[in-house]
Amino acid sequence: MPETAGGSAAEAAGVAGAADRTEYEGVGVGTATVAGPVARTAQAPPEPPDVPATATADEERRKALAALAAVAADLRARGAAAGGDTADVLEAQAMMAEDPDLEERVSARVAAGKTAARAIHETFAGYREMFAGLGEYLAGRVADLDDIAARAVAVATGVAMPGLPRRTEPYVLVAEDLAPADTALLDRRLVLALVTAEGGPTSHTAILAQSMGIPAVVGAAGVLDLADDTVVLVDAAAGTVVARPTSEELEAAVTRSAAAVTATALRGPGRTADSQPVRLLANIGGAADVPEALAAGAEGVGLFRTEFLYLDADEPPSLPAQVKAYREIFEAFGAGARVVVRTLDAGADKPLPFVPLGEEPNPALGVRGLRAFRAFDGRNEAVLRTQLEAINEAADAVPADVWVMAPMVNEAPEAEWFCDLAASCGLDVVNGRVGIMVETPAAALTAGAILAGRTGFASIGTNDLTQYTMAADRMLGALGTCQDPWHPAVLKLIGAAGDAGAATGKPIGVCGEAAADPLLACVLVGLGVRSLSMAPSAIAEVRAVLATRTLEDCVEMAARARWAATAREARRTAAAR
Amino acid sequence: MPERTVTVASKVGLHARPAAVFVKKAAALPVPVSLAREGGPAVNAKSMLAVMALDVRHGDRVVLAADGDGAAEAVEQLAELLETDLDA
Repeated sequence: MPETAGGSAAEAAGVAGAADRTEYEGVGVGTATVAGPVARTAQAPPEPPDVPATATADEERRKALAALAAVAADLRARGAAAGGDTADVLEAQAMMAEDPDLEERVSARVAAGKTAARAIHETFAGYREMFAGLGEYLAGRVADLDDIAARAVAVATGVAMPGLPRRTEPYVLVAEDLAPADTALLDRRLVLALVTAEGGPTSHTAILAQSMGIPAVVGAAGVLDLADDTVVLVDAAAGTVVARPTSEELEAAVTRSAAAVTATALRGPGRTADSQPVRLLANIGGAADVPEALAAGAEGVGLFRTEFLYLDADEPPSLPAQVKAYREIFEAFGAGARVVVRTLDAGADKPLPFVPLGEEPNPALGVRGLRAFRAFDGRNEAVLRTQLEAINEAADAVPADVWVMAPMVNEAPEAEWFCDLAASCGLDVVNGRVGIMVETPAAALTAGAILAGRTGFASIGTNDLTQYTMAADRMLGALGTCQDPWHPAVLKLIGAAGDAGAATGKPIGVCGEAAADPLLACVLVGLGVRSLSMAPSAIAEVRAVLATRTLEDCVEMAARARWAATAREARRTAAAR
Repeated sequence: MPERTVTVASKVGLHARPAAVFVKKAAALPVPVSLAREGGPAVNAKSMLAVMALDVRHGDRVVLAADGDGAAEAVEQLAELLETDLDA
C-alpha cells in the first residue's frame, strides 16, 4: 500500500528524532516501505498460578462464567463486524467459549477451591490435550482453544484481552506472531505493515501479508520492546524496521514509494526492461481462485493444486467429477494461456483413506508426491491413472494449453515412469507438456539427466526445495529463519536446474513463495528461470520490478547473490545492484 | 428412550460450520439430547466441544438419543439435519 505510506511517512516526519534511532532486522515480505506509529497486540496473559481462591466458590464461579460469556460476546461482535466466513468461524468459537460441558467442568474445579482463572486454564488444557491427540483437523483447532482460553483468563484476571489493538488511525501492527482469529480480522486500510518477532518467510503471518499485499517484516527479534506509538519505518525489501528514523530516511521512503506506485500501473505480459519474456502465472487451489488470477493479469496458471478434490473424501473422486472440476478451470483461460496441473500431492501428513501410506515418523521425508503411487508395488497407482485420464479428457478442445507435472521427483527413472503413465493416459508427452517439480536437491542436481529424457519441463517448488536444502522442517516455527529461499545454497540449486534447462532447451519455472518476492524474482530470472508462478496479489509488483531490470542486470544480481554466505547477505547484495 | 442411527452427510463431517449448526439446533431443544459414534460412548449434543471431540467424519454412522417430553420429535429434527450436507 505505497499510497498510504506516503501520507503517513510525511505526517510521521515531525515526530522523529525525539529519541534514539534503533534498527531491527528480520525477513521482509513484499517491497514497499511504509512508516507509521506502532500498535502492539495485547499479549496472552501468563498461566494463572494454582493458588487457593480467596473469594467464595460461588463468587469465583460467577466470575469464571462471566468471563466466558464476555469472550463469547466479544467473538460474536468481531464476527458481526467482519461478516462472511469469518463470522461463521468466530460464531463456532463463541459456542466453544459458552459450552455447557465446559462450564460444568470449570464450575467443578471452582467448587474444589480453584480460582476462576485457574479453573478456566485447567479446563481448556484438558480439552487441548484431547484435541491434540485426535487427528490433524482437531489438532489444528488447538490454536483456537488456546486463543479462547487466553481471552477468558485475561477477563477473569482483569487484564486486556489479547488480540488486535482497537484503532481508528493507520498503524504498524507489532506482535510476537499473529493468531488465526486476529489475522482474519486485519483491516488493510488501517494496517500499514506487519512486524513480528517470531516466524519466518513461510509462517502464517508472512503468507497472509503476501496474499493481502501488506508489507511485513517477520522474525525481527527485539521489536516487542517497541512502545505503542513509536514511529517506525518498515522497509520490506531490506527486511528492516527502523524505530525513530531520521527525517532524511522518511523523505527517501516517500520518494521510493511514489516510484513504486507509478510502476504498479503497468499491465501486460511479464518481461524484463530489455523485453526478455518472463511468463507471470498464478498459483491456484480451485475454481474460487480463478477470478483473482484473471484480474491480476496472470498469463495462466503455473501451479494448479488438485488436493481440494481429494481431501476429506472417503473414496477417490470419480473420473466424470474430476473432468468437470478441471474443465471449469481450463475453460476460464483463453488461447495461449498455460495451465500447469500438479498431480495429487499425497503424504502421510495428510492421509487419504484411498491412498494408504502407513504411519511415518517424518512425513516430509516419506512416501509422498509421486512416490505414493510408485511405492508398495504400485498399489495406489490407479488413483493417479484416473487423475491423468481426467486431466486429458478435460483438456480436450479447450483453448488453454494444459500441462501436467508430478510432485516429489528425485531422479530420471521416476520422471520417465511418470511420462510413461501420462502417455498411456493420452497426455502429450512428445510435445513437452508433461514435466516434473524440482523440490529436492537431488532433482535440482540431476535436472540435466531428467530433462535429457522425455520430461518436457521442470517447475521448481522453492518452499520444499528450501526445506530439504536447509534440513529444516518448514512446519517448525523455531526454524522459520532457515526457510528462506534467498539462501545461496538454494539459489545455487535453482541455478543448476536453470543451466539444465538452457542446455536441453526445456523451460524452467518457479512456483512457490520465492516467485512472489519481486527482487528474488529478478534473481530467479538471472538463474535461468523463464516463468514465475505466485499468489495473484503478487503479480503486479513482480511485473513492475522485473520491468525495471534488464536480463543482464538479473544475471548480475544472481551472480552476486549465489556467492553470498547467507540469505541476508544474498538479499542485500542483490538489492544493491 | 427414542433413538436413531444416521449417516452424516456433511462433506467436512461434524466440524466447523456443520457442527455449529447442529449444536445450535440441539441446544435450542427443550429436552436433553445425546450423540454417539455407533457403538461408542454418548456425549452431550448441546456441547460444541464434546461434539467436535467425537471427530465425526463424512459418512460416519452416529446415534442420536433424547429423553423426556418431545424426545421423539427432537431426535427426528436432528436426524434430518445430520442427513443434510450442512456445508453445501
